[in-house]
Amino acid sequence: MKRADWIPVGLTAAIAIAALAFMGNPSTWLTLSIAGLAMGLLIFLMASGLTLVFGLMDVMNFAHGVFIAVGAYVGASVMKYLAAPAAADSLLENLGALLCAALAAALAAALLGWFFERVIIRPVYGQHLKQILITTGGLIVAEQLIVVLWGPDLVPMQRPTTLRGAFLVGDMAIEKFRLVAVAVGLVVFVAMMLLLNRTKIGLLIRAGVENKEMVEAMGYRIRRLFVAVFVAGSALAGLGGALWGLYQESLTVHIGAQMMVLIFIVIIIGGLGSVGGCFVGALLVGLVTNYVGYLAPKVALGTNILLMVLILLWRPQGLYPVSKS
Amino acid sequence: MAEPLLALAGVHTHIGQYHILQGVDFAVPRGELTMLLGRNGAGKTTALRTILGLWRASAGSIRLDGAEIANEDTPTIAGRSVAYVPESMGIFAGLTVRENLVLAARAGPPAAERLETIFRFFPPMKKFWDLAAGNLSGGQKQMLSISRAIVEPRKLILIDEPTKGLAPAIIQNLIEAFAELKRTDTTILMVEQNFHAARSLGDSVAVMDAGRIVHAGRMAELAADDALQTKLLGLSLEAHQ
Repeated sequence: MKRADWIPVGLTAAIAIAALAFMGNPSTWLTLSIAGLAMGLLIFLMASGLTLVFGLMDVMNFAHGVFIAVGAYVGASVMKYLAAPAAADSLLENLGALLCAALAAALAAALLGWFFERVIIRPVYGQHLKQILITTGGLIVAEQLIVVLWGPDLVPMQRPTTLRGAFLVGDMAIEKFRLVAVAVGLVVFVAMMLLLNRTKIGLLIRAGVENKEMVEAMGYRIRRLFVAVFVAGSALAGLGGALWGLYQESLTVHIGAQMMVLIFIVIIIGGLGSVGGCFVGALLVGLVTNYVGYLAPKVALGTNILLMVLILLWRPQGLYPVSKS
Repeated sequence: MAEPLLALAGVHTHIGQYHILQGVDFAVPRGELTMLLGRNGAGKTTALRTILGLWRASAGSIRLDGAEIANEDTPTIAGRSVAYVPESMGIFAGLTVRENLVLAARAGPPAAERLETIFRFFPPMKKFWDLAAGNLSGGQKQMLSISRAIVEPRKLILIDEPTKGLAPAIIQNLIEAFAELKRTDTTILMVEQNFHAARSLGDSVAVMDAGRIVHAGRMAELAADDALQTKLLGLSLEAHQ
């Protein structure tokens, strides 16, 4: 068995412990930690597909933010349509409305992802400069289409009734929706790890990230696998977008594009093509953003860039580099 | 004479602006191990990659078991029961030995008797079954690469320089494994620079130079003719023992 590298996980825990020492207040620290975990896991949802797409086919998809935005807007529309169950004082009805919104967001983003792969990405395989230009163009066009469909104004996105507010444990406040975000993020992460490690499709994805030519030489069609991963990654981005919209409680058309900076930081920190690295990188970014935002708000803006620089100085290929051949 | 399993006729391959294969003609008889020899840069690896469709032939015919495959893509050709052991070994370093073999077995989980054969040829595969392949030594990686090719019965196995960079003891181990594999009537086309291995294993031989076949025949005849070896390869086989 390959020996697991626990150093990046230990680093994340060490940062959390160091933050506690600086704050000195366990209730504030716990509130910020849960906020950081929730933010990190939502970023993981949005970023995990992109890291696999890059790892499998070296495709630089700058339009990934569109899937997030479309997921958020479709989710908001479904929540508005299901206003009655979402406003009911019943956890079951609220979760039902949330589930419908999340599924619709994932489905819409998956369909858009499938269209993007066929029409925009496929003609520019292996041409990085063209990929950057055409996917950036696709992002702009798709954002304008969102404006046409939903309007240019800020769209409110209310959380279901029972998921608003916070649990109070002593003098600690834990936002309910953040716990939902943490739970969804963890479930998706575990499901992805099971898929990648326990199924033949997962083995093919991992093998394809390392050496796609050899996968083809074994008789498998890597292009079909890539389309499936692209569509699944888009669906996850859409799901993440819907949850991120609920997390922020409002949407603008740039919600996806704004997240792309954090997403690129996370997949670079994690190691391009590594789902485990993406997970740890997202947690690091989420926690550090929240801790620094509280401890030193004036430097919060550049914290994630600094974090990326420090990690790349330590591990130039990211936390969990994928061996390529 | 029986139809060969693989036959190339007038095959040309261009890589960018370079014209590498310049009309290659040779045949690989069924159930034999054919050695493809030649100096560095002669086009041996390009020939293997062209057969598998990793590089497209720009002209000529490649027939496998009677079917024209020159215009087929790599997965289709591999799906015709062709396995490939590249010079770089092509193992998936992040996957375990077991996972590498599971992927190579296209028809389903590897059969127990096949695994037993692999473990008999290459005992480290059993010992390091659940170890990530990236942690294996160079020789063990080569064993894994060959194990993947034989994890299922194949019509044709293409092997590119399996002994390159390996210690003499491991080379001898590989030669013995290939000798046993030959007894199963598997057809093999092997590129090899180690002339001792080539002579020990080859039934037939094709020699390339400057993108063309300059000699084809029985390995025993080439091994017995020092003058021909010197002319074709620049060196006598005896000098490499």
